[in-house]
Amino acid sequence: MIISCPHCGLRDSSEFYFRGEAPTPRPDYEEGNVAFADHVYGRINPAGPQKEHWYHAAGCRSWLLVERDTRTHDFLSVTLASEQGR
Amino acid sequence: MERQRYSLFTLARHALTGHRGWKPAWRDAAPKERYDVIVIGGGGHGLATAYYLARNFGITNVAVIEKGWIGGGNAGRNTTIVRSNYLLPGNIPFYEHSLKLWEGLEQDLNYNAMVSQRGILNLCHSDEQRDAFERRGNAMRLQGVDADLLDPAEVRRMAPFLDFDNARFPIFGGLLQKRAGTARHDGVVWGFARGASDRGVDIIQNCEVTGFVRDAGGRVTGVETSRGKILTGKVGMAVAGNTSRVASFADLRLPIESHVLQAFVSEGLKPVIPGVITFGAGHFYISQSDKGGLVFGGDLDGYNSYAQRGNLSIVEDVCEEAMAIMPMVGRARVLRSWGGIMDMTLDGSPIIDRTPVPGLYLNGGWCYGGFKATPASGWCFAHLLARDEPHPVAASYRLDRFASGQLIDEKGAGAQANLQ
Amino acid sequence: MTRLQAGGLIDRTKAVDFRFDGRALTGFAGDTLASALLANGVRIVGRSFKYHRARGILTDGIDEPNALVTLRGGARAEPNCRAPSVELFDGLEAQSQNCWPSPSFDLMAVNGLFSKIFVAGFYYKTFMWPAALWERLYEPLIRRAAGLGRLSGQADPDSYDRSHAFADLLVVGSGPAGLSAALSAARSGLRVLLVENDSRVGGRLLSERHEVGGQSGTAWAAAALRELAANDRVTILTRTSLFGAYDGNSFGAVERVSDHLPITADGQPRQRYWKIVAAQAIFATGATERPIAFGGNDRPGVMMASAIQTYVNRYAVAPGKRVAIFTVCDTGYDVAADLAAAGVEIAAIIDARGQPTRDVAFAPVIAGEVVRTFGRSLKAIEVRRFDGGMERMAVDLLGMAGGWNPNVGFASHLGKRPDWCDTLQAFRQGTLPGGMMFAGAADGALSLADAMASGEAAARRICDAAAAAQPMVVSAQASPHVVSDSGQKSFVDFQHDVTVDDVLLADREGYRSVEHLKRYTTLGMATDQGKAGQVLGHAVLAQHRDAGMAAIGTIAARPPHTPVAIGALAGVHRGEHLKPTRLTPTHRWAAENGASFVNAGLWKRAQWFTRPGDKDWLASAVREAKAVRSTVGICDVSTLGKIEIVGPDAAMLLDRLYGNMMSTLPVGKCRYGVMLREDGFVFDDGTVARLDDNRFVITTTTVNAVAVMRHIDFALQVIWPGLKAHACSITEGWAQIAVAGPLSRALLQDLLPAIDLSNEAFPFMAALAGEWNGIPMRLFRLSFSGELAYEIAVPTNHGDALVRALALLGRAYGCTPYGLEALGILRIEKGHVAGGDLNGQVTAHDLGLGRMLSKKKDFIGRAMAERPALVDPGRQMLVGLKPVDPAQRFSAGSHLFRKGAAQVASESQGHITSVAYSGVFDHWIALGLLEHGPERIGETIAAASPVRGTCIEVEVCSPVFFDAAGERLRA
Repeated sequence: MIISCPHCGLRDSSEFYFRGEAPTPRPDYEEGNVAFADHVYGRINPAGPQKEHWYHAAGCRSWLLVERDTRTHDFLSVTLASEQGR
Repeated sequence: MERQRYSLFTLARHALTGHRGWKPAWRDAAPKERYDVIVIGGGGHGLATAYYLARNFGITNVAVIEKGWIGGGNAGRNTTIVRSNYLLPGNIPFYEHSLKLWEGLEQDLNYNAMVSQRGILNLCHSDEQRDAFERRGNAMRLQGVDADLLDPAEVRRMAPFLDFDNARFPIFGGLLQKRAGTARHDGVVWGFARGASDRGVDIIQNCEVTGFVRDAGGRVTGVETSRGKILTGKVGMAVAGNTSRVASFADLRLPIESHVLQAFVSEGLKPVIPGVITFGAGHFYISQSDKGGLVFGGDLDGYNSYAQRGNLSIVEDVCEEAMAIMPMVGRARVLRSWGGIMDMTLDGSPIIDRTPVPGLYLNGGWCYGGFKATPASGWCFAHLLARDEPHPVAASYRLDRFASGQLIDEKGAGAQANLQ
Repeated sequence: MTRLQAGGLIDRTKAVDFRFDGRALTGFAGDTLASALLANGVRIVGRSFKYHRARGILTDGIDEPNALVTLRGGARAEPNCRAPSVELFDGLEAQSQNCWPSPSFDLMAVNGLFSKIFVAGFYYKTFMWPAALWERLYEPLIRRAAGLGRLSGQADPDSYDRSHAFADLLVVGSGPAGLSAALSAARSGLRVLLVENDSRVGGRLLSERHEVGGQSGTAWAAAALRELAANDRVTILTRTSLFGAYDGNSFGAVERVSDHLPITADGQPRQRYWKIVAAQAIFATGATERPIAFGGNDRPGVMMASAIQTYVNRYAVAPGKRVAIFTVCDTGYDVAADLAAAGVEIAAIIDARGQPTRDVAFAPVIAGEVVRTFGRSLKAIEVRRFDGGMERMAVDLLGMAGGWNPNVGFASHLGKRPDWCDTLQAFRQGTLPGGMMFAGAADGALSLADAMASGEAAARRICDAAAAAQPMVVSAQASPHVVSDSGQKSFVDFQHDVTVDDVLLADREGYRSVEHLKRYTTLGMATDQGKAGQVLGHAVLAQHRDAGMAAIGTIAARPPHTPVAIGALAGVHRGEHLKPTRLTPTHRWAAENGASFVNAGLWKRAQWFTRPGDKDWLASAVREAKAVRSTVGICDVSTLGKIEIVGPDAAMLLDRLYGNMMSTLPVGKCRYGVMLREDGFVFDDGTVARLDDNRFVITTTTVNAVAVMRHIDFALQVIWPGLKAHACSITEGWAQIAVAGPLSRALLQDLLPAIDLSNEAFPFMAALAGEWNGIPMRLFRLSFSGELAYEIAVPTNHGDALVRALALLGRAYGCTPYGLEALGILRIEKGHVAGGDLNGQVTAHDLGLGRMLSKKKDFIGRAMAERPALVDPGRQMLVGLKPVDPAQRFSAGSHLFRKGAAQVASESQGHITSVAYSGVFDHWIALGLLEHGPERIGETIAAASPVRGTCIEVEVCSPVFFDAAGERLRA
């Protein structure tokens, strides 16, 4: 697979570390165990487009928010995770 | 349908008539309107569940519903290893129950699944790893499971072809489970299908579940399928590779990510590898099939996938590790590689439990260890479906353990699917 | 000899000597092993897998199912080589396989007598009683009989290379379509990579007699090659087989650099594995001729018609003297014409299509079909004439022209299955993966003109969107042909001995999906992966069920397209190059001082330093640990992860990363900290040093250095992108050396005379940034050993100088280098957790660190650490353990039991996580996890290791064995 890193351009996926499906936003401690359990363990795990986190470990060290189709491995979008919600 | 017995005698008798007298190993059934139990998924686990529902509990008004052809998912894509060399108390009794069932399976099913107990040898490459093996071997022994901690000389006697003095990761010893081994994966599927069918279970192929039928109280009372609605009292899911997708029909969100795992087989070779051997300074396992192919694999590709295919970087890793422990395989050729979809739970252990949805039961999250579990998984899921309470050896495989913290995390890797 | 007097692309001036099963034979340069064997009249080359039937050469390529040989000898023995794809070289040695004593007389042929019992899947029905005999008798017999060639059992002595290639266009195959595509693309200025499996470009042009633009096909191919080779934007790789298509327009290929040579040239690999990325790919991979199912179609002397054509035209070998051609397509007529032109007698062309399409002058054309064959190797055939009657014909060679299957498997590698095409009567690739096209015969354009046009059009489509709309030409073919009622075994998979009857048996028994058929009969699981016979096998099913081929379906092709050596895929990553080796900054110094090294992740760390008089490694380690407790020792701790965190919000970030409070840490101070994963279990531990208000340096364990860096980046970029802080790994940037022991202050004071190191000025847990000899230096008063101790860091390239300076100055104090083993002893004596204690399954509470977790703030893992099972008072917790009899020892991995309890799992209350021999106490000590551990100090329990057969009594004690008050480290 080839990933288009916003900083580094087209790079082989072996440079990246995959963390998994992007979790729900991290709750505050006060929101309690149920919210945290969902944050840590809840997955949609779609067969289709999925939002997920990749880390350009052997590159710019950016965490990327990637949308990728889990049926075809096609990358639909790649953005810097730090720019989400800004 | 009258049961046809399989033996050398019947084989010879049928040879006289050109084998024209053999009947289908299982009935290819059309769906009825209603069943007592519907098992979704005609893989090893689903078929074993139906078989044991009939055999152990006399529940025979059962349908196994399969989207494609039986055994077409992970049951037909694995590296055929059977073993019970686990560490944690939540796991060992279950997998040992499974191994005991494997040991008597062929006689029980009257189908030769070629269960071959030629042993599994885990190699270690550091003191810490040997300590971990000792802890695990002891945990096994304390559960009555066979385990032997081997020093390098003992490993050498078993497998002289290994690269003991590998320049990077020399071999420090090994943990051996002699009763472990391999089984012919397709034979397991067909044997369970035949056994279940003979006992009255309907095996319905080319029938895809598209939703659940639910009553006003939310209880599941049937399934919607590509061949129409089928009603039932209970629905059991055994759909490895599609667990999250099918569960989503009932609005369930599970602690599962689906990942691709590649496997490889070489061209046929004369016998060279005695049992199953695993490399400890990476992730690599290898055995040799009765047909002569080296059957091997390694790590997950590492990203979520439903595509049943992987990429080259893992191919390279796997072959590098093959060369690291047995450099004699350099001139053996990879004949075929393929990918299976592993439903990875976030503690690396499976789930056999009721779900929050009444009438819907879950058997899933087998990570990449589902094949060896096939008989016990069926046995315990049948127990759960028949009795509505967990079988004692599967009592830890609860769905609520992620909320409660009673995790069964063999590796201690935490809530990241591709590390499990 | 069956060599023709003239013709062929062989060099008759260069005789090549070789051996087959010990027989000395001669061929010519340009021959393959198969053509040379045929030229020498060798007809039987091997035995089949199950029935051990005699088999001859069937094909002219890599899909050959029968002529599999072991090449070379000794450690270079290579099993399962296909004779038609082995280039002949001087001194070549080949052995037949799967037969004993020889392919002509094979004792295992006795299997054939039982063939009525050994039908598809017979083994599922028998060998079940008694159960114990499976491993002891049945399976060993099956295993011995199965398998093809034999591995040498020795390490592969050759080397393999790995290379990368990038192109605008990858063209796979250099037949008429591939060359046309490559020429067209190259003329448009594209960067083209042309990959050809053969040693020469040309594809079927080398096998057939064609004219292209007024010259011979081979001459045209040679001219095309010259043009392409002259273009510096074109790369041509011959002897290279593309084996797989992967995501991101990536492809794998293997180049056979030395396989065609007697000896690998110096410095050259045997093979080179190419990773190719190409924006577009045209697969001009041709088509594979399919056999026809009739009785005895496996007899030596029955060959694929196209293969006969290759042997006649390219190698100038006539594999028979009197030939019949059994055909369902025009190929059969072309082959017959070529044979006739070469002077070979044609007995008949038997056309099963009913109406022969051509009349030819040189042979009778019979509308009919071959029903069965005779002879050990072929002597006669029996023909059923459609106009009535059976005719027996004496022939020694029969060509099967059963039509062509396009080679479209690469699309399946990317999940796109081919569709049955009624015109073509074969599977053709309708849905294409992005960036992939098929051209020529691979796309169903079977005639030369169509193939060339197809190749050129494919290349044009890349440059010109308008061209994409043009329809492609698809040739018409007859359906795969199955002859019924032959009375002999009709094979659909030659290598695996799968017959028409096996297919019908599988159907009868309910193995009806093509996947069930494949798995039950092993159809298509041989070394050719079904390229030859699978479609024919499915046709048997289709005709039996009166169903269309589209309804029957097909099996997805999987990589590799052609088998690939494991060694090639491993490439250069062998032996010491399996993984990178990381050396500490003091590695050379340590080696000079007698260090033994051990793997710590990818690092090599000094495990102990052997001194004269040390009787074993344990003596060295105990001596080193004692030196630390009595004088001073030095140890490289550079492998610990080091991360610098800078910014106005750095302190806030650390509060969220660590369980304990870090923002209250004063400048110039260090604090021990524990990090949890978000799931509440312990992730890592280490120290945090505050160098100024907005600058911290933290340490991690060696094993987690990378994971912690990633975790911090995740916190900074994903969870709290608003925090103004940056983190950077400086693990490789700084060498760090522990200086530990009562005399450590004196030694360091000598090293750093300008800095006041008195207890008042630089107390326990102090930190500073300064200089040593004008070099940046960081000093921390940290103690892992429990002694007065420091860690001093300098830029990595000064690490060697630093350790040598310390060793030199340390002579006055008896300074002793110590390794990982001594480090382990010292930390266990102090009850510090590490390694096996931190296994990802423990909580901070388990390790006695629960009180460190702050209740005043949120931090990663806090919420989940409060889950019921994680705060269960019955959890196993950290304790110290010592043998009741000090002479006894125990091992890590032992389980812990109440004294007198039965040694069963339900009674196991914990286990030993790490052990050490303490020189201070002169006995073994251990850390372990034990239910209710801290409440049980003083209790005698049992530590048992059933796998070692040991069980001893141990006393539960505090994990801090030594200096529990911590006076020494504050001294």
